[in-house]
Amino acid sequence: MKSNLIKSKIFTLLKVQYSNMLEYRVEIALWAISGIIPFFMLNIWTNNNLNESINISDVMLSRYFLCAFFVRQFSVVWVVFSFEEDSLMGKVSPYLIQPLNPFLRYFAQHLAEQITRFPFALIIAFFFFIFNPESLWIPNLGILFLSIVSTFLSFLIQFLIQSIVACLCFWTEKASSIERLLFIPTLFFSGLLAPVVSFPAYVKSWIYLTPFPYLIDFPANLLSGNETNISGGLSMQILWIFLLFPLFKKIWSEGTKKYTAMGS
Amino acid sequence: MNSRKYLKVYKKFLHTSFASELEYKTNILIDLITAILSLIGSIFLLSIFFQNNGYIGGWKFEQALIIQGIYTILNGITNTWFNPNLTEIVKHIREGTLDFVLLKPIDSQFFISFKKINPSGFLEIMLGFFLLFFCIRVNQINLNLNFLTLSSITISCSICILYSLWFFISTTTIWFVKTWNAIEVLRSFLYIGRFPLNSFSFSLRIFFSVFIPIAFITTIPSEVFLGLSQLWKISLEIIVATVFLITSRKFWLFALKFYSSASS
Repeated sequence: MKSNLIKSKIFTLLKVQYSNMLEYRVEIALWAISGIIPFFMLNIWTNNNLNESINISDVMLSRYFLCAFFVRQFSVVWVVFSFEEDSLMGKVSPYLIQPLNPFLRYFAQHLAEQITRFPFALIIAFFFFIFNPESLWIPNLGILFLSIVSTFLSFLIQFLIQSIVACLCFWTEKASSIERLLFIPTLFFSGLLAPVVSFPAYVKSWIYLTPFPYLIDFPANLLSGNETNISGGLSMQILWIFLLFPLFKKIWSEGTKKYTAMGS
Repeated sequence: MNSRKYLKVYKKFLHTSFASELEYKTNILIDLITAILSLIGSIFLLSIFFQNNGYIGGWKFEQALIIQGIYTILNGITNTWFNPNLTEIVKHIREGTLDFVLLKPIDSQFFISFKKINPSGFLEIMLGFFLLFFCIRVNQINLNLNFLTLSSITISCSICILYSLWFFISTTTIWFVKTWNAIEVLRSFLYIGRFPLNSFSFSLRIFFSVFIPIAFITTIPSEVFLGLSQLWKISLEIIVATVFLITSRKFWLFALKFYSSASS
């Protein structure tokens, strides 16, 4: 009974958010376009033959950056910005009364956005293959499945981190600047701009202990068929989720106790 | 036009926006750290590119740092003036508060472009200048009058182009209402301004000098620093900047004809 109820809740949320997202197709298309930085980076790498020094062929590198683009497309998280706005506007109060954690609503929003984004990402990939026909490949089903799982896990990690930051809104009101601070290491260490393999040794020695390489580098390597430690990567992702989830639970319960509606 | 009146009004703008920004003091501190980390991150990325290569697109590491410095200054200017003001246009148009702006006995473009200021961008500008001074030392650039005038002319032209680009996109809000994501697209394109134009492939180079003149924004001023720039390039930049400024002004006046206030 209870599980049925939760199921129907999730289904309704997704349906509502999906139709909501469909209203702003152009916006989502533009958002998809704004993620093309990996392709510019690829251009720098191959145009200057930088990849020779890290022993990755042009084709493998272009697949890597294409996959990095895809992984990024389906792991973009903006919950902190939505939550900050809602909390400043006082919209959080009605959400709190409902028998539903507000973050589930944001979660459904993100998933719905990813579904809407999918065709646009495919179109961009299509153009990519027109310009680089030699890098076309078909990953086998098992790998495809595993990389979808790991992309989703990467999305979960980022969603949890941002939700934790968002909960800081209960204390500071403007938590988005903390998110912008956290975005810097995500940008440079996740492998979006350069594969982690190419990093100097003094960074590589500790980078794999942080969550960053598992956000983009690991799923992208997996999907593109570059060398990577599959079981190690997946277990690190799961480990990070298990570390972050209780933290989120804790900060959420502390925060809601602290919460005073705007204007009171 | 009455320039003394505008100066007086601008002083008031500065006063009010400083007062409201300083309310979030920790925010400013976090933004400062973000700016520093962001610069360190991009230098780190550059060092990855250069770790096995002496040259990228014909630029040495120390020379590429100049581009990085100019980009940082321009990004600081964007964060101080363009970003807080021009994203506000979206809000003005969605909520219909542009009416109040238009009714004021002051130029609407002036009001919209300079109303707010974000003091945390100042540090980024300063960081950029420090980096530039460092580059001047390292590259042994002669500081003579000729160099100083040329570099200040080209950098101010870059600022004008950058402003016009931002203003163009924000103006389209009058038709499309939500251009938040178009700004993100612009941001991601501007990102390539961190790298020498010559490091990209020929087709991208054409794209970034003809369609979106990012080439002019950072590469030409850096060439001036190195004494590589030809006179025709500098004059071309001046022409492009003037054309952009005038068209953005014309475009704003044209767009205002289509403004019909919110919910009408």
